[in-house]
Amino acid sequence: MDPRLIYSVGTMAGIGTLFGAGLAYASRKFAVHVDPKIEHIIEVLPGTNCGSCGEAGCSGFAEAVVAGRAPVSGCVPGGSEVAEQVAAIMGVECGAGVEPPLAVVRCQGGRAEAKERFIYRGIQDCKAAQFVSAGSKACVYGCLGLASCERACPCGAITMGDNGLAIVSEEACTGCGLCVAACPRGIIELIPRTQRFYLGCISQGKAKEVKAACTVGCIACTLCAGKKAPPGGGIVMEGNLPKIDYDTIQEWPEANEVCPTKAFVFRNGARPPEAEDTD
Amino acid sequence: MWRRGFPGGTHPHYHKDLSSGKAIEELAAPEEAVIPLHQHTGAPSEPIVKVGDRVRVGTKIGEAAGAISVPTHSSIAGEVKKIEPRPHPLGANILSVVIANDGSDEEEEKAVLKPAAEQTREEMIGAIKEAGIVGLGGAAFPTFFKLSPPKDYPVDTVILNGAECEPYLTADHRLMLEHAEEIVQGGKIIMKVLDARQGFIAIEENKPDAIALMEKLVAGGNGFRVAEMPERYPQGAEKQLIKALLRREVPCGGLPFHVGTLVQNVGTALAIYEAVTEGRPLTRRVATVTGSAVAEPKNLMVRIGTPVAQLIEACGGYRGEVGKLIVGGPMMGLAQFTDEVPVIKGTSGILVLTEEEAVVPDPEPCIRCARCVDTCPMRLVPCTIQDYVEYGLLDEATDWGLMDCIECGCCAFVCPARRRLVGFFKYGKALVMERRKKSAAS
Repeated sequence: MDPRLIYSVGTMAGIGTLFGAGLAYASRKFAVHVDPKIEHIIEVLPGTNCGSCGEAGCSGFAEAVVAGRAPVSGCVPGGSEVAEQVAAIMGVECGAGVEPPLAVVRCQGGRAEAKERFIYRGIQDCKAAQFVSAGSKACVYGCLGLASCERACPCGAITMGDNGLAIVSEEACTGCGLCVAACPRGIIELIPRTQRFYLGCISQGKAKEVKAACTVGCIACTLCAGKKAPPGGGIVMEGNLPKIDYDTIQEWPEANEVCPTKAFVFRNGARPPEAEDTD
Repeated sequence: MWRRGFPGGTHPHYHKDLSSGKAIEELAAPEEAVIPLHQHTGAPSEPIVKVGDRVRVGTKIGEAAGAISVPTHSSIAGEVKKIEPRPHPLGANILSVVIANDGSDEEEEKAVLKPAAEQTREEMIGAIKEAGIVGLGGAAFPTFFKLSPPKDYPVDTVILNGAECEPYLTADHRLMLEHAEEIVQGGKIIMKVLDARQGFIAIEENKPDAIALMEKLVAGGNGFRVAEMPERYPQGAEKQLIKALLRREVPCGGLPFHVGTLVQNVGTALAIYEAVTEGRPLTRRVATVTGSAVAEPKNLMVRIGTPVAQLIEACGGYRGEVGKLIVGGPMMGLAQFTDEVPVIKGTSGILVLTEEEAVVPDPEPCIRCARCVDTCPMRLVPCTIQDYVEYGLLDEATDWGLMDCIECGCCAFVCPARRRLVGFFKYGKALVMERRKKSAAS
């Protein structure tokens, strides 16, 4: 055998052994102890880094839980399921778990229902559009349809429908609330998952203004909060808009029989098919 | 001529011949005037009239609220019908006083003033504030505030800005031809208020008749000189004018008084003259109504609060298909969605473009040609700042000088990829201001 081959293989093996020994020593000497619990907690968290727990992403939350700075049920999108798993890792009781809320788009005024005042050709972002003459939609409360919420959603739960309105997927939504902050008009609301219906309009305008701008807007007739209120109550007028008390009333199938503009939205699909908001 | 100029700039088609030869016409008072209480930079004025009150021409209807604010006056005589939010040329709905004209055109009694020569500095500033005067070039900054710079910054130079570099507009040009004497007198009042050493009347070379007339008027050596400026946009921008004329550079985030200079539009000088000598409040202004979709372009003296539709009607109405209605000029003006918006103090013109002219091509990717960099009169790098704003990196955008952008529109004008540079800068500036407000509040 060529001695040069032996020398080179031997040299490489020698260098390898030397570095290996050095690294083995260094990994012991300079080892940083990481609590394995942190790794375990990161594994059970949703991993979207939405930040709604108040920490810097999921790993930050895991560290905070282990350090005792955050409660085991602190992950909003994770809800009770994740809270239980985190509690199990930490070896504590998690108490009553909270179901994560659901984001809903409180505007039904799509292209067919709501009028436009002008054609907007500027920056394709809702907030930028809002700066130009307060938005192109005749209703100054309605969804501008430029998908700022879609871009803000870390779970891909929001898509833009053909009618120009945002659609939230109930399965994908984790209730983190990033879309709520992204909407310049405050149309998106987080509601409890137990809630079966909500009001699909946030217009504080008077009946005349609303009717001139949109066919499905709330015209503040006060029927749902007054004369034809649900038996158990739970709806009160706040300015020109009824407010549903989610603790009092979760279901009211007759809502749109009362509402002259059919401004209520039902989550269980008890609505006209062309106005389906969730799928 | 001041050939040295300022860095950057561009040469859009001026189209001034459409209206530059037309003498200013007085437009009849509107049947109903909608007078917004926020027509200036700063805090809006507070309404001091009620529905049903009778007002006369020049009656104060809004009181200044805050340090940077001016009062608002009625421009017609009649009854206050409503006080409610109405469409405003700057976008959104703004609280406005709606007045129905009774046809009498009765004038409010004017405050009795001493002759201008005997007034003290404070009296003159007071008269200017009471008259509700703001910069009439377009930015509408309260004039009294500009005339009271901090004591550490003595102002030695006054520049009357008659450059009118914005294409299409000819209102200042006509004012200089028809009210030259008053403008110079107004300029002298400004010099007296500031105790300034020298004065300039800056006019672009494309207005030789105005230059000749002004030169004749200042020939007596009364402190003013006429500066013939080269034709180049944005020659009339405050900072660029100072740079071109005096070689002084306004620092970042600074104002002209930081370099001992004050710039006032020639229309403002006229308003100052009227306020100080006659006690006349600012209730009217000259606006150019022009563009290829207007039947007969004109320069009109209009009452503040007149609906834009009435101005168009006075010019023979629209011609052909209207593509875009702009309040202001084509470079810096704002597109409107309705002609119901009123003329406000800062409305220097109404431009109506045909559908063909108003086509907005879709933006394409930046090709890194750096034409925007060459043209930027503020020496910024528009393409980079735009990227930062687009991706929400406001700190980086601010580091690269976003807040120094004067929104002149040169970069977007020369961009071969038709990118919406100025749109992003305006948006970015609004976001930064919003964030600063938030952090100041918390």
